[in-house]
Amino acid sequence: MTIILGIESSCDETGVGLTRLNADGSIELLADEVASSVELHARFGGVVPEVASRAHLEAMVPTMRRAFEVSGLSLSDVDAVAVTCGPGLAGALLVGVSAAKAYALTLDVPLYGVNHLAGHVAADTLDHGGLPAPTLALLVSGGHSQLLRVDNLADGITEIGSTIDDAAGEAYDKVARVIGLPYPGGPPIDKAAQRGNPCAIAFPRGLTGPRDAKYDFSFSGLKTAVARWVETRERDGADVPVDDVAASFQEAVADVLTAKAVRAAVDLGIGTMVISGGVAANSRLKALAAERCAAAGIALRVPRPRLCTDNGAMISALGAHLVAAGVKPSSLDLSANPALPVATISV
Amino acid sequence: MLVLAVDTATPAVTAGVVELSGGTPTLLAVRVTVDARAHGELLTPHVRDALAAAGRALSDVDAVVCGVGPGPFTGLRAGMVTAAALGHALDRPVFPVCSLDAIAAAVPGEPLLVVTDARRKELYWATYDADGRRTSEPSVSVPTAIPLDRVNRVAGARIVDLGLPFTGPEHPGPVGLVAAADLTAEPGPLTPLYLRRPDAVEPGARKRVSPG
Ligand SMILES: [Zn+2]
Repeated sequence: MTIILGIESSCDETGVGLTRLNADGSIELLADEVASSVELHARFGGVVPEVASRAHLEAMVPTMRRAFEVSGLSLSDVDAVAVTCGPGLAGALLVGVSAAKAYALTLDVPLYGVNHLAGHVAADTLDHGGLPAPTLALLVSGGHSQLLRVDNLADGITEIGSTIDDAAGEAYDKVARVIGLPYPGGPPIDKAAQRGNPCAIAFPRGLTGPRDAKYDFSFSGLKTAVARWVETRERDGADVPVDDVAASFQEAVADVLTAKAVRAAVDLGIGTMVISGGVAANSRLKALAAERCAAAGIALRVPRPRLCTDNGAMISALGAHLVAAGVKPSSLDLSANPALPVATISV
Repeated sequence: MLVLAVDTATPAVTAGVVELSGGTPTLLAVRVTVDARAHGELLTPHVRDALAAAGRALSDVDAVVCGVGPGPFTGLRAGMVTAAALGHALDRPVFPVCSLDAIAAAVPGEPLLVVTDARRKELYWATYDADGRRTSEPSVSVPTAIPLDRVNRVAGARIVDLGLPFTGPEHPGPVGLVAAADLTAEPGPLTPLYLRRPDAVEPGARKRVSPG
């Protein structure tokens, strides 16, 4: 039995998680504490790196204390420390990595510098157990939009496709601004879309032409198309039907994401799909993915919304997979790597 | 009393082990690397290595002293979160010290200006009297805006000629950090001296994407 402390600070959430790796390989969630700086960024319409880094420094130890309080564990129970060392915002990552190193040194336990994206995939194993090999993972959030082939969470992740411009969540934030909804844009657009008609406006589906990259995404054109459509209405003095715009935009995003993910799974003969990241909480994405996966005979797994957004539990869970697989720990001169490639699960 | 001192407010990554007895700090061991991009990478190894060189264990440490700047943001935070985490994990107090005070503490006996590199052609600075007391709030400004009338020497970063002789260390050292801390008082909050607001602009009116 092994207790793993997980630390996440790649963007605007300071996350501390604790998991227990049992002898049978199962991983139990014991604590998942998150301090978010999202309100501090709202007036800027996006994450401000320096603001996020300042918030991480303030929140790190208090969040850590809460995680131990909630779990009933003490620091001396920890057997390993895992920390996000990339990809992400350089200054933000540095706070988590520096803290993790100090804890690992003081507690005299191994340190694992791990990949944030692999952490998102590992989050699902906290809810649904081990992943069949291979699994297709669709990661969608404000910072990433990726299709991954996961053969093994310890050392076997391959990128199948990714966004060539904006992340899906970024498109939500920008469109929300265009139609006067608050930041972050995901939840308010989802809510407005419930009342709107998804077929009202035919927004473009990026990179879906016959000669386009099959598994890559593009959301920049969609965002611009929404802005142009709204501007045309405004210029003509007509009302902007916010609910219909939201529903039609959301439909375009969900359509492209699920169509490409299902196509990749079918092409590669993969029978299980995991969707994770903040946008995985989107109701239309989940519904359409369920429908299309069922039609294609693919088992769909989506972690609970709390585990989809950035958190320390997923990093702790990934650490548990690394410990279970006997992966070599990182050295104490570990540093943050804002551009860590997704295939590098631990450093 | 065994004190661990760390500072990352300047390009120096500093960790030292200091024995404090009868109010006199004695340096047992120090590890320093001057590399503005290595704070995150090297500080914890420096803590480990300084303790090993001093022949002491982390569990022997009675208190942590940490330079809280002013300093360019990213590196400063690496040191501060390291100190905070060490204090938490060891269940020992962490004492914040103005990093400029730590430089001044190494140069007693004369009116002094301490400057460090704030980048963007500015300096962080503070002035001290002959008794080592700080006579100005830590500030950031262009070199020409620093008042020089009541000082006769400069300590700290030797990057701008201010027309006064340089003296003392360029970076805060462990003994200066410990000397500048009041280890008999309750430790204050571990708050960085940023002195600058984050560079962030609120978006103005929406940019149009349509031509015309
Ligand atoms: Zn993420």
